[in-house]
Parts: sequence; structure tokens; C-alpha cells
Amino acid sequence: MNRLKQAVTDFGWPRIIIFLFVVALFIGAPFVKVRVDSSFTDVFNRFGQNAVLVLALVPMVQAGCGLNFGLPVGIIAGLLGSTLAMEFGLVGWAGFLGAIGLSLPFAVAFGFAYGLLLNKVKGEEMTIAMYVGFSIVTFFAILWLLLPYSSPNMVWGYAGKGLRTTITLEGYWGLILNDFLALRIGENFRFPTGMILFVILLTVLVGFFFRSKTGTAMTAVGSNPDFARAGGVSADRMRLTSVILSTVIGAVGILVYQQSFGFIQIYNAPLFMAFPAVAALLIGGASVNKASMLNVIVGTFLFQSILTMTPSVINSILQTDMSEVIRILISNGMILYALTRKTKVTK
Amino acid sequence: MSKTFDPRKFLADNLVVVIFLVVTAFAVPVSGLSAQFIIQELFTRIGRNAFLVFSLLLPIMAGMGINFGMVLGAMAGEIGLIIAVDWGILGVNGLAFASLVGMPIAVFLGWIAGEVLNRAKGREMVTGYILGFFMDGVYQLVVLYMMGYIIPIRSPAITLSRGYGIRNTLGLDSVRQSLDNLLAVRIGPYVLPLATYMVIGLLCVFIIWFRRTKLGQDMRAIGQDQGVSHSAGISVERTRIIAIMISTVLAMIGQIIFLQNMGNMATYNAHKQTGFFAAAALLVGGASVSKATIPNVFIGVVLLHLMYIVMPRAGAQLFGEAQIGEFFRDALSYAAIAMALVIYAWRKRANAERARAGLRGGEAAAGGVK
Repeated sequence: MNRLKQAVTDFGWPRIIIFLFVVALFIGAPFVKVRVDSSFTDVFNRFGQNAVLVLALVPMVQAGCGLNFGLPVGIIAGLLGSTLAMEFGLVGWAGFLGAIGLSLPFAVAFGFAYGLLLNKVKGEEMTIAMYVGFSIVTFFAILWLLLPYSSPNMVWGYAGKGLRTTITLEGYWGLILNDFLALRIGENFRFPTGMILFVILLTVLVGFFFRSKTGTAMTAVGSNPDFARAGGVSADRMRLTSVILSTVIGAVGILVYQQSFGFIQIYNAPLFMAFPAVAALLIGGASVNKASMLNVIVGTFLFQSILTMTPSVINSILQTDMSEVIRILISNGMILYALTRKTKVTK
Repeated sequence: MSKTFDPRKFLADNLVVVIFLVVTAFAVPVSGLSAQFIIQELFTRIGRNAFLVFSLLLPIMAGMGINFGMVLGAMAGEIGLIIAVDWGILGVNGLAFASLVGMPIAVFLGWIAGEVLNRAKGREMVTGYILGFFMDGVYQLVVLYMMGYIIPIRSPAITLSRGYGIRNTLGLDSVRQSLDNLLAVRIGPYVLPLATYMVIGLLCVFIIWFRRTKLGQDMRAIGQDQGVSHSAGISVERTRIIAIMISTVLAMIGQIIFLQNMGNMATYNAHKQTGFFAAAALLVGGASVSKATIPNVFIGVVLLHLMYIVMPRAGAQLFGEAQIGEFFRDALSYAAIAMALVIYAWRKRANAERARAGLRGGEAAAGGVK
């Protein structure tokens, strides 16, 4: 009994409540005539769409840099990759892989600069990361208008310059992962096999990385910097590596998101993209200084289930649209809980 | 110690201000706006925004950084205004009534914010920011679902057609610019909202007085060193909560002043940018995360808003697109906040390392005390 109590406290009441809430949503769905199979299709789609962005947060949490509210730094690198790939006229797999390839150098460079900055401001990473993210998004909003993009599918029709706020990926690489080996069961259920496989592949890769020598050293820096230093690990270098890794995965993450969503969203769209990802990771059981692959998978699944199911289920029960309020309360409530929790590994 | 002028130190201390000055000095002539227009705009905007920026001072004094949770106060002010409009109380009385309604809400929210921030020592700023997001959800729950349902709203003009919830835009005709026009003075071509300035002046006096009280001194002590303050018998947690409560109440009044000048209220969005503008203004005015003065507020409001006035036109003149100017002013303001935070964190770390080095040397010298 005591052990159960301990397990419950470790896991945290908010998570248990959220978990029960999700279960209740799925059980309640058929009673209010919401189709469970099409709901599951949505949940899987949105899971794959967002999982990589959540995964991008893990390296920095593990290295002790806190929750990466500066995820937009990576997202911007991804946006550069996909817009350049479109500009060069790459389509299909060449387009998607080309976009990843083109975004990598930017992600590494941005991550490097961002990591150097975060190394100088230890202890204040999260607030600064947030404002670095805001700055880079608004700064790039200027560049989207000024850079000499010319593909007629991307620029404003009448001016002939300046990127549109949303750019459709139809005819390029929209849904390319989702449709790869997609399984159709019955009328309404469709499993985005390719995207889920891609997510699993990345998760396994990152998982293996954390078993490697570098990965272990990174975790050591995060959980006990003095101990790591005594073991001959340079904390600054490990933190820098983690930030670069986080930024690179973030860039890939937005590309996966785009191909599933079908559009590239630029200008102010990435401003607040870090917050739902952070909430998902925390719902999955991560804390400010500890996160695992399991946290990513469970958290994204739970959070996306809530986002998918509340509009349909809660709205049919209450007859009003409360999903937005529920989303705000759950995601930010979870982040607040994690930030105010006295963690066992206190710094 | 000689007090020679060190240009590098001056630049490091005032980097954000200098960058803003340079950019604005360049953008003002480019924009082609008349001096008269710009100055009138500035007079209006000082009245509109200064009070909100002042609400950030006390938490900084108490060492809690920038209180991004001030938006809680803004929400309380908005609820007060909704009730005042619903009851049809006109003019300055309406504003006073709105503050009276907002007061208990702001005190309560401030207390919650203080309690939450006490549990997140060392990361108050990011926690306050997220708390603002969270309370935005609660605000929507109350204003969009409970008003007209649980909380009685009499006027159908401000409720949504479905019978409950407040409309997206609330016209504040009954109180529009009532404080500004109470004592509007014409000097040459300019109109000064003197009554608003007097309220702001009163607040300045309050802050100067408050710094000298026992409570104010306690706050400054806590801002210097929590451990020492605790040993000196100051109740650290309680004092921090009071700092946040006062900040929240001031933000409530500030938001009411802001909105009476605007004359309209975007019910669900009016508070979203409040924290950003207040923080940016204060930091652009030369304040740091650990030290802010009354002149910082005024310099900051003038500089930030000067840039916000001229930048769209400057962008239109330079690139043929006002949007570029708009993005640029946002980018620069966000960067200003980021830069101020970086400089602060940088210094804090340098000081900590120096203290640690001093401690090592001190230990050797003291020969085993402690």
C-alpha cells in the first residue's frame, strides 16, 4: 500500500487525473455518437505529427538545460529547409528528404549559437530560451518578406514577392509519410504507418544515443554537474551538444508536422509552438530535469487524445465549445505543476 | 576608488537603451511623420501605459525578476470594467467602480500568484509567464461561460446572442477617456491628460514612500539576499507574496487606465500583450532584472512607444511595406527583453563565481570558522 502511494506521488496526481480523463473521453465517445474509429485515426495522425517536436525537447532536459521553450529556433531551421526545397522545385521523397538535408546546416549553426548563449546564462535558461525563440520568429518574419523567393506556389500572387502566410505542400511532399504503407481498416480508420514508423525510428535512434558514451555523459551533466566534471566530462560541451541535437530534431520535427498538416505555416505561426510540446512531454511523466523516450510517446499520445476528443465529446455533452478552455487549462496547468514541483534532484 | 568614466562598462550597462536610441534616431526622420504628431502621440501613450509599467517595480525590488504574472491583474481590471459597463455607471465613477470590483479579485489572484512563485524560487519569471497563460484559461471560463449564467449580467448588449458570455469586443463608451478628459489641458497644439498624469504622479509618490517603509526595506533586503534576510527575522515568503499582490493590484488599475484611453476592449485578447509591453518598456528604459527605478519607467515608455509609432511608416518608406516595420519593432522588443535577461544572468553568474572564489580565500584566511 505504501509502495502504491509512493508510486502515485512520484507519478503525480495531475497526470493520473489527465489519464483518467482521456480514458473517460474514449469510453464516453460512443454514447454521444462520436465515431471511435475516426477519432483514433485523428489521434494517430496528430500523434505522429507532434511526437518528433516533443522528442526534440529531451536532450536539453537530460543535459540540465531545462524545458526548451526556444524550440522555435529549430522550427525556423526546418522552415528554411522546406521553403528552400520548394524553391528548388524538389517534389515527393526528394522534396521531403531534401528539406531535411537543407535544414540541417541551419539547425546545426543556429543550435551552436543558441547553445553558446545558453551556456553563458546557466540557471536562467528557460526564460531566456523563450525570448530567444520569440526574437528569432519575429526576426525571420522580416526575412520571409525580404528573401528573394520566387516560386509562384509560395509567393504572394499580386506582388510576386514575399512568402504567403500558409504555403500548401500539395504537389510537393504533403502527406508523403502519412500515405507510405498506410493501412485502411473499414470505412473510417486509417493508420499513418509511414509517419509512425518514422517517429519510432527517430525515438529509437535518440534512445540509443542516450545509451552511448556521449549520451551517458550528457545525462551525467544534467543530473550532477560536479560529479560529471570529476569524471572528466566538460559540462559546457555536453550542454552545447544537447542544444544542437535539440535544435536539429526540432527542425526535423516541424518537417514531419508540415507534411502531415499539408501546409507550411510561417510568420508568427511558430511563436507559441513550443508550449504544447512542453506540455505533452510533462504529461508523459517527465520533469524539468528528467525525460525519457517513454515520456515522449505516452505524453504525446495522451495530450493529442485530449485535443482530438474534447471538441467532439465534451461539446456534445455540454452543448457548447469548451475545448479551447480545457486545452489551455490542461497544458499550462501541467507546465505550472512541473515548474513548482520540488524535484528530487534539486539544483 | 576613482570614479572615472569607463565607456565599456557604460555600454554594457546601457546596451539595450543605446541600441534602441540608435535605431529610433534613424527611423524617426525616415518615417516622415511630423514632430507635432509624434509628440502628441507620446503624451497620450505615457498616460496610457506608464501605470502598467510601474506595476513591475516592486517584484523587481524583492528580487523576483519581472513579474510576467501581472497579466492576472490586467484580467481583474477587465472583469471590473465589464461589471461597470453592465451596471451602466458613467465616467470617472465607472472607473472607480471598476477598480473597486477589480480590487478583491486582484488581491486574491495576487495571493495565488505569490504562493505559486514561492514554490518556484529561482525560476519565477518563466513560472509567472505560464501562470498568465493558465489564468487566461480561467478568465475565459469565467467571462465566456459563467457571465450571464452564474454571474448575473443585466445588459443584453454586451452578452453574446446565445444568452451568456461576453461579446468579443466590449465598447467602453460609458467610460471612454473619462479620466483623460477630466482635466485635459491644452498647451499650444498639444492636449495633455492631466488627471491621468496626476494619478501616475500619486503612484510615484506612493512608490517613493513605500521604499522607505519597513515593508519596503524588507523587500529590498530580500532582493539582496534571501538567506540573510531570513536570519534577520524577515518573513521572506510573506513579503514576496505581498510584493506580488501589490504588483497585481497596480496592474489591475493600470489596465483600467489603459482601456479607458483605448475606448474599446477586446474581451479575450486585451491582456495578452500587456506583460510583453510593460516588460519591454521597462527594460528598454535601462532597468535590469534586478534594479528598476522611476526614471527607467518614463524613459522606457517614451523610447519603446516612439519606436512603435514611427516603425511601420519607416518600414513603408524604406521597403514599401509597413508590415516589415511592424515585424521589426516586435523583433527588436523581444530581442531587448532577451538581451536584458542575458546580461542579468551573465552578471549573476559572474558575481556568484566571484563570491565563491572569495569564500575559498576567506575560508583559508579565517582558518576553519564554520
